[in-house]
Amino acid sequence: MTLALAGLLLAASILSLTSGAAGLGAGDLFVALWGEGLSPRDQVVLFDIRLPRLALGMAVGASLAVSGVLLQGLFRNPLADPGIVGVSAGAGLGAVLAIVLGGLLPAAVVATVGQSLVPLAAGLGGWMATLILYRIATSGQRTDVALMLLAGIALAALAGAATGVLTYLADDRQLRDLTFWGMGSLAGATWGKLAAALPLMAAALLVAPRLARGLNSLALGEAQAAHMGTDVQVLKRLAIFSAAAATGAAVAVAGGIGFVGLVVPHLLRQAQGADHRPLIPQAALLGAVLLVLADLISRSIVAPAELPIGILTALVGAPVFLWMLLQRGARGR
Amino acid sequence: MLELINLSAQLGRRRVLQDVSLTVRPGELLAICGANGAGKSTLLKAILGELPASGVARLNGIAVAEARPATLARMRAVLPQESEVAFGFTLGEVVAMGREAGDFAAWPEVDGLALCAVGLQGREADDIRSLSGGERQRGHLARALAQVWEPVSPQRPRWLMLDEPVASLDLGHQLQVMRLARSYADAGGGVVAIMHDLNLSAMFADRMAFLVAGRLAAIGTPVEVMQQDLLEAAYGCQITLNRAPVSGPWLLPQSCR
Repeated sequence: MTLALAGLLLAASILSLTSGAAGLGAGDLFVALWGEGLSPRDQVVLFDIRLPRLALGMAVGASLAVSGVLLQGLFRNPLADPGIVGVSAGAGLGAVLAIVLGGLLPAAVVATVGQSLVPLAAGLGGWMATLILYRIATSGQRTDVALMLLAGIALAALAGAATGVLTYLADDRQLRDLTFWGMGSLAGATWGKLAAALPLMAAALLVAPRLARGLNSLALGEAQAAHMGTDVQVLKRLAIFSAAAATGAAVAVAGGIGFVGLVVPHLLRQAQGADHRPLIPQAALLGAVLLVLADLISRSIVAPAELPIGILTALVGAPVFLWMLLQRGARGR
Repeated sequence: MLELINLSAQLGRRRVLQDVSLTVRPGELLAICGANGAGKSTLLKAILGELPASGVARLNGIAVAEARPATLARMRAVLPQESEVAFGFTLGEVVAMGREAGDFAAWPEVDGLALCAVGLQGREADDIRSLSGGERQRGHLARALAQVWEPVSPQRPRWLMLDEPVASLDLGHQLQVMRLARSYADAGGGVVAIMHDLNLSAMFADRMAFLVAGRLAAIGTPVEVMQQDLLEAAYGCQITLNRAPVSGPWLLPQSCR
């Protein structure tokens, strides 16, 4: 399964690298890798436009999918998704705060964090949203699904309103930044952007597999997890941190892309079960595949224009979410 | 050895546990009995270190309140009254979770043995949510068993802590589970079980601890604890107490007429 997903990712990557307006085909890719090199123009198209976009797509997809697995494990519920429960909205607010008010920070701070300011602020926003959500929806033994979803709605509304206020405060240049960011796409991908977001994403993706066994035991409830040797407090802290970091970084560089964290784990659980040990790495792979393909479709379906990728993932993901709700209704809870 | 010294606990303002002291030796099956709200579950929580309680609870010489979860998990397994498992974990995966929490991570064959012990052999692949209430209870017992599969490790005894292990079981499976607990104790492990059924407790336990309003009202052999006045006062109903030649005391609640 993992191997198949890796193969799928490779295929999707080649497909993504070789499609686009510049007419750079599979043969050119071969030449670029093993031949004497490309023309300067093709060089730029491949290495400065398509490759960073592909890498960013993979990183964002993997981050969102793994973040979904972590939130679901934490809330013991397959309906948790960073977009649905308001974590993305919190991260978005953090990002907007950084864009609009970042200039007020001491110059020393700005100089140290540099381009990572927006991803860091988004991670912080996502972290606070997750903490609030967990406080509201979970009481020791069980998660109240209705409370979780309602709290998500409230958090998203609050973050949206605050974002609106900040838009009024923004000056022209910031407004342009905001608009580009809010469109939620991989269009402006650069190596710099990737480098700014990658540390947070990498931290989350490296921590997540280590939480797999603990998340398995948490499926039996906090008390049982503790009886089976899991340090539940540490587990929860790490899961919340990683989910927020991954979501925050993804939202910061790509805007709101929903439902990846919902659909990917759902498909994998259907295919081979609930064990988090294979689930986490496979979710990273499938999330990357899904986002690379979604990006490919979003930039070719209405070419030369681009469909925001968030629209595409919602088109696929929202019906899946509704279907999952329907299934729960059929099961009687 | 499980030692409790002056355990007290409060829920809000209410004292739910007051100065409970007792000792359970490995090789012993202790049944904790009492009416609803007498503090049985609270006592178990205090024993497990789940509850802020004053006093001391020590398991194999280790204070449970300060012990790391992983250390405790290798010494004792816990069967909760009920547990709900999220996602589609299979019975086999849940039992393996228990085994991997204990000292038997390298012995996957323990899973099958544990399932066999509770009569669920061959059901590994079933989604645990699809089992009946009684099957699920036995499935979780298999998980607890797999966690502390051998009653004695070279250095120390292991323990089973059971919260109403037979609550949702039929007569035959009640006996099966109680025999399992009995043989675990006979093999040198310790068993502490919260029990509602006094007759089953008297039949299988070495000693019974009887709680009334958070206090330890009586502790001793079934003959010592099964006293007419104590039980009638605790349960608020009339009781006929008998003695069977083999299995010790047993009782019948009387109808109102």
